[in-house]
Parts: sequence; structure tokens; C-alpha cells
Amino acid sequence: MTAAAEVLSRYEIIREFRRSKSGLVGIAILLSLIIMTIYSAAAVPLESFRQWNSPNFWIDLPKAAAPVWTNFGFGPKIPEHMVLHAADDASISSSSEGGIRTVVHSYTVNFNYDSYPSDFMLLYSVRYGGTQPVLQVDVLRPDGNEFQIYFASLPSSQQGGNNEFSARVFSTDRAIEESLRDYTGVFAYRQDPSRPQVMIFADSQENKVLKGTYVIRETFYFFEPNDSVLDSGVILGGKVYGLMGTDELRRDLAIGILWGAPVALFIGLTVSIAAILIGLIYGVVAGYKGNRTDEGLMRINDVFYCLPTLPLLVILSVTVGQSIFLITGFLVIFGWVGMAKISRSIALQLKNLQYVEAAKLMGQSDFNIIFRHIIPQLLPLTFASIAIAVPAAILGEAALSFLGLGDPTIPTWGQILHEANTAGAAERGLWWWIVPPGLMIAITGLAFALIGNALDAIVNPRSRRM
Amino acid sequence: MGGFSRFLLKRSINMVIVLFATLVLTVFLLGSTMDKILVDAIRVNVVEEVNYNRDLRFSTAAERQHYIDEHTDLQVKTLGLDEPWYSPKRFTNTVLKVMILDLGKSNYFTSDSGSSNVRDIILERVPNTVLLFTTSTLIITVIGLYLGAFVANRSGSLWDRLNSAFAVFSSSFPTWWVGMLMIFAFAFAYHIFPARSTPLTPPSDPAYALDLLYHMLLPLITIVIVGFWSWAYIVRYFVVGVLSEDYIAAKRAAGIPEKRIVYSHALKNAALPIVTVIALSLAGSFGGAIIVEAVFDWPGMGKLYYDAIGALDIPIIIGLTYVSTVIFVITVFLTDIVYAYFDPRVKVA
Repeated sequence: MTAAAEVLSRYEIIREFRRSKSGLVGIAILLSLIIMTIYSAAAVPLESFRQWNSPNFWIDLPKAAAPVWTNFGFGPKIPEHMVLHAADDASISSSSEGGIRTVVHSYTVNFNYDSYPSDFMLLYSVRYGGTQPVLQVDVLRPDGNEFQIYFASLPSSQQGGNNEFSARVFSTDRAIEESLRDYTGVFAYRQDPSRPQVMIFADSQENKVLKGTYVIRETFYFFEPNDSVLDSGVILGGKVYGLMGTDELRRDLAIGILWGAPVALFIGLTVSIAAILIGLIYGVVAGYKGNRTDEGLMRINDVFYCLPTLPLLVILSVTVGQSIFLITGFLVIFGWVGMAKISRSIALQLKNLQYVEAAKLMGQSDFNIIFRHIIPQLLPLTFASIAIAVPAAILGEAALSFLGLGDPTIPTWGQILHEANTAGAAERGLWWWIVPPGLMIAITGLAFALIGNALDAIVNPRSRRM
Repeated sequence: MGGFSRFLLKRSINMVIVLFATLVLTVFLLGSTMDKILVDAIRVNVVEEVNYNRDLRFSTAAERQHYIDEHTDLQVKTLGLDEPWYSPKRFTNTVLKVMILDLGKSNYFTSDSGSSNVRDIILERVPNTVLLFTTSTLIITVIGLYLGAFVANRSGSLWDRLNSAFAVFSSSFPTWWVGMLMIFAFAFAYHIFPARSTPLTPPSDPAYALDLLYHMLLPLITIVIVGFWSWAYIVRYFVVGVLSEDYIAAKRAAGIPEKRIVYSHALKNAALPIVTVIALSLAGSFGGAIIVEAVFDWPGMGKLYYDAIGALDIPIIIGLTYVSTVIFVITVFLTDIVYAYFDPRVKVA
């Protein structure tokens, strides 16, 4: 039985592939990964990709918060981390009276959790001239009580002209504690004004959370006509956030997971396509030329076969560099060896076929015979091998990233796991930091393994016989 | 010369080439960094000598500095470090030094006995790595053989399909990630095993060995449950092949019980290629050991490697790369030989 007799037409391959359930599952997984990639490219701001490793970008988010949906069970509801900004969440009104202009940004918060927020922050950004505006913050509670928690003038402007000023008022601010001291009488028990996040959200009769709708109003008093509010915001610190929670560095893991998909697909496909094509041509040349060429090329192949991959990858990325393109290159160096062996053995069979001999007798060049008569016969097998090689490439990159040797400028799943391991996420029970990235690595690898195995079962003569 | 001895010769030459190629590549990539480290070490020695030698007195700081520079240069010249690392003499010298693990002192690590000699540090870690990975290999092999034979006999059954599914599934999982999940499950959620696998009892304590074994359990279980599925799958492939042979049909005809045919006759005939394939591939997975040890904090070479990368301790990195290459290459070599010895087709190809 010769390999050529086994070569199927494209139509037959597609028809047989449609019958393979596991292959179709693989295709389905791959499609959803591609949709994820398109979604992250279209909907998630590119800034989050570039700023992945800059702590300032993520300052508004909570540290190591669990995903929001962990609240859906029967247990006590943990407060969700809320980041409210003027553009989306505030209702803005302004009025003016006797030369004083009042701008009110009011935020409505539905607080139905079983414990207090861990802290809160009030953000504002104002442009003003010579006379300092005044900021007043009030909280209207569900029980009808209204607390004025902050009242202060902004710092005097440096230049007389238009001065932009942004700042945050933290819940630990002394001014808030002082203001709250006036309201201790509201409570039937002793309340501590130095913990405003508790006092503001506490029931007045007994020591528990007062659930309901709170309105937080930031009121700005302006004394000059050109002064204006640029932005404002309220952050209520919580222990759950987003679809996938956050890590120790406050980064939204959902974004990291999303961006990891295109990176993994890029690395997996580039490495496997490059490595398999190199191996294909290398093996076919060795098999077709035979004799000394074959012997020499296969000795080199043997040497590569015996090199320990990971230690050398480590050395290479420590010394040469860690950019994603370099890593892709390193992985190619170790990836082509197996394909070269397979394609050589098939080329050995193909070169004795009559049509190849005929081409040779007609005086066609070796280059022509290899690329026009032998390699096309091997293409179906090549596609199967490319799919099979993807998981190894993805695992290789993940392993390097996990060792802390990945591209530091790009979020990858391996890197997220590296940071999780460094922070001891497993011992601390931060499962949302560990499970999704690893699962994504496994699922991506699995998709290609399923497609590859299904294709291989169709096109590889050896597995067909099984 | 016979076919086998020619094969042996070819393989041995290949092994030497691989070892040498790895060494040259390592030295090529890290040569200049190593030189810098060596010169720094010499300077530190000279400064120490100046500080502790009471006979040496200098009237000015400049004079002291001059003395230090002069003596450092002198030693650098005696050692031949003034030549660039790629000069033939230096290069051979470095390669030879790496071969006998004469890599000087580590900057950050010490062995249990307090030595900061690279060779001591590395050799102290080797037994732990070997212990963990040979134990897990043995267990995987045994489970793989019996599970493989079991499903081979029920080819196409639910068990068989389940095993194939798990084989594909488990080979897509990074073992180290499963390790993190195991730590979460059995160290955080249920306090059954310690999260960190480095025992707290000092090595001199008689209870150390027992403690080490207890700490080894979680990494061991992890490696085994990720590993055995795909091995059972491979065993199944071989056993199914053997079961279709004529002599098995003859045994069946002779009325030998099916159980005995599968587990005794078929398995025995399929075992050898299987064992060599397993050994070969586990040698390949040795690189993965780096990460598994790092995740579990198992005090082996992999953990040391991980720490050395974090601290960029070049002498340790070079030494470990070399040692793991040697282990890997020798395993590949031995499996090749054993395999060839029993399977004559390999020699011809």
C-alpha cells in the first residue's frame, strides 16, 4: 500500500470531517474563541491591553475581588464593587441664584448587600478661575435621613486663569469624620464616625446594614461664570467585581482573559504553521535527495530531537529577549523536528512512484519536483499536523510565561497564572484567579487537538489502518 | 561490524554531539555574562583580603584603590579572563568547567550545609527530583499498563471511549495548572496536604524522610492523575495490536482463559515497547518538572531553576541546564538502545 493511494480529494476530506463529532466540537470551540477575539478587538478599549501592566490604570478597581456571580447563591450577599462615573451614572442638574451657580451630580446606588462596603472614594475634576468653588457631599439614606458628609472649598488656583483640578476624597478623610460626628444621635446605639463606610450604611435601630436606595450628591458651588465640572465619580469599595473578578494588582481578569485569546491563537498558529512547514520541506528534501544529504540532514534532526526544550527556551529568553516575536521564533526552533521525520518517510515512498520518475526523466528540476509533485500530496497531512502542533506551542508559551519569562508588555494566560502563583493565589483560595486562565489554555489546546486528531484519522494512512 | 553495534556507535556519537551542542550554545549565550560575574567575584575577594589583612596599610584611599585594581587585574590575567570568552583557549576551558560543574559560587543560594558552591547546591537537589519523578513514573506505568489492557479487551466500550476522551483532555491541561487547582482543593478548601511541599523539619532530623514523603504526596498525586490517561491510551494501542496476532488466536483456541490471555500473554508482549516509550516521553516531560516543582515548592532541581531564574543567578542556570540535558540525553540514549535491542526493525531504519 503506497501513501499516494491514500490521498483523498478535498471534497472527500470535508465530507468525512463532517462525520467526525469530535472534529466538529473542536471547530465549535475554535469559532467561539475567534468570536471572543473579535469581541475583544471591537468592544474592549485597546488601552486596557497596552496598560495591562501599569498599576495606575487599574487604581479604581478592588484588590483580589471575586466575580459578581458568586453572590447569586443563598449565602450572605457580599457588596459589589461599584465604580460610578458622571458620564454614565450621574443625573446632573444645575441652577443659579444671585451669582452663585450650583451644579449637582447625584448618584443613585441600590445597596442590598449583607455587609458594609470596605471603603469609598469620591472623585471630582473641576476647572475654575480665581475664586475657589466649594464642594458639598450629601448622602440621602433609604430611611429618609440625610447626612452632609463633606463640605470644603477647593484649593486656591495657582494661575488666575482656567485651572483644572482633579482629586479624590477618601472615606478616611478627617473632614468626613468631623461631619459625621453631628449625626451620631440618629442611631439608637453607639456609632463610630471614624468608620464612615459603616456609619453611612448602617441601620439606625440595630447594628446591621440598612438596605435600600441611597442617593449620593456631589454639589459644586461656583462663583465665576466660566467655572465648570469636568467629571465626577463615586467608588464604593466591595469584595466582588465584574464577570471574573480582579487580581492582587486590581486588574479586571475578564479583560486579561479576553485579550489572552488573540495572543494564544497568534502564538499557537504562527508557531505551528512555521514549524510544520519547515519540517515538511526539510523532511521532503532529505527523503527525496537521499544518500549523503539525507544522512546529514537526519543527523542534525537527531540532535534537535534530543535537545531539552524548556531549559534551552529559558536560556534563550533570559539572554536574547522576551518579546512575543522572539518567543514565537524560539518555539519554532524546537517544533519542526517531528514533522521532518514523518514527511521524510512519506517522501521516500513518493519518490519511487511512476509520475515522479516521469517528471525526473522529463528533465524537471529537483525544486520543481519537490514543490509541484511531492509536497502537494502531503498537504492534507500537513494541515492535520499543524492543528496537532498548536497545543504544544500554546503550552510552551504558557510555560515560559509561567516562569516569568513571557513578553512583559502583553497579557497572556500563562502570565496571569504566573502572577497568581507568585501571589500564592491557590493557598489563599483565590480560585477565580487560577481556574479561568488555565481552563482557557486547556480549551484552546483541546480545540486544536480535536480538529487535528479528526483530520489525522482521515488523511494519515497509518491512523486509517488502525 | 554488526547492525546493532553500528547503531550503538551512531547513537553514542549523536549523544556526544547533543551534549556538546547544548554546552556550546549555553556558553555562547551566557559567556559574556559569566565573565562579568567571575571578574566581580575576584574583585570582591581582593577587597576582602585588603580589609582583613592587617599587614596591608594604605595612607590614602587612592592608594588602596590602586592596590585593589592592580591585584584584580593580576588575578584576571593569571586566570586568562583578559581574553574574550570566545577565544579558543577560554572557550574550551569554560566548556570543560561546565562539564565538571566547576561553576564557582552562587550569589543568592546556599545548600543545606551552608555551602554556596554551585555544584553542592545542584547535587543536593538532584535526589529529590529523581525521587518524585521516578515514583510517579512507576505508578503511571503500572496504572497505564493495567488500565490500557483493561480497555483494550473492551475495545469500543464505554470504558474505552471514556479513556480516549480523558487521554485527549488531560494532555491539553498543563500539569502545573492542575497542580494549582490541587493546592486550592487539598490545602485551602480541605486541609489535607500542606500547600508548600518543602518540609519544615530540618534535614538532620530523623523524621525528615517521613515528612518529605508526606509533602511529596500532593505533587505525586497530581502528576499521576494527569499522566496515566494518555499512557493507558498508548498501551491500549499496542495491546490491541498484539491481540490481533495469530498466536493469541491460537491461545484462545487452546482454551486459555481470556483474562490470562490479556493480562499475562498480550501485556507481556506489548510491555517492552510501551515501557520504553513511557521512559522516553517522561524524559521529555522532565522540562515540565521545572514548573511542577515550582508550583508545589518541592525542593528539587526544578524549584531551584525557578528561583534561579527569578534572581537571575547565571551560574546556577547554566549548571542546571547542563545537568538536565545530561539526564535527558542519557535517558533518550538508553531507551533508544533498549528499544533497538528488542526491536530489530529500528536498527535497519
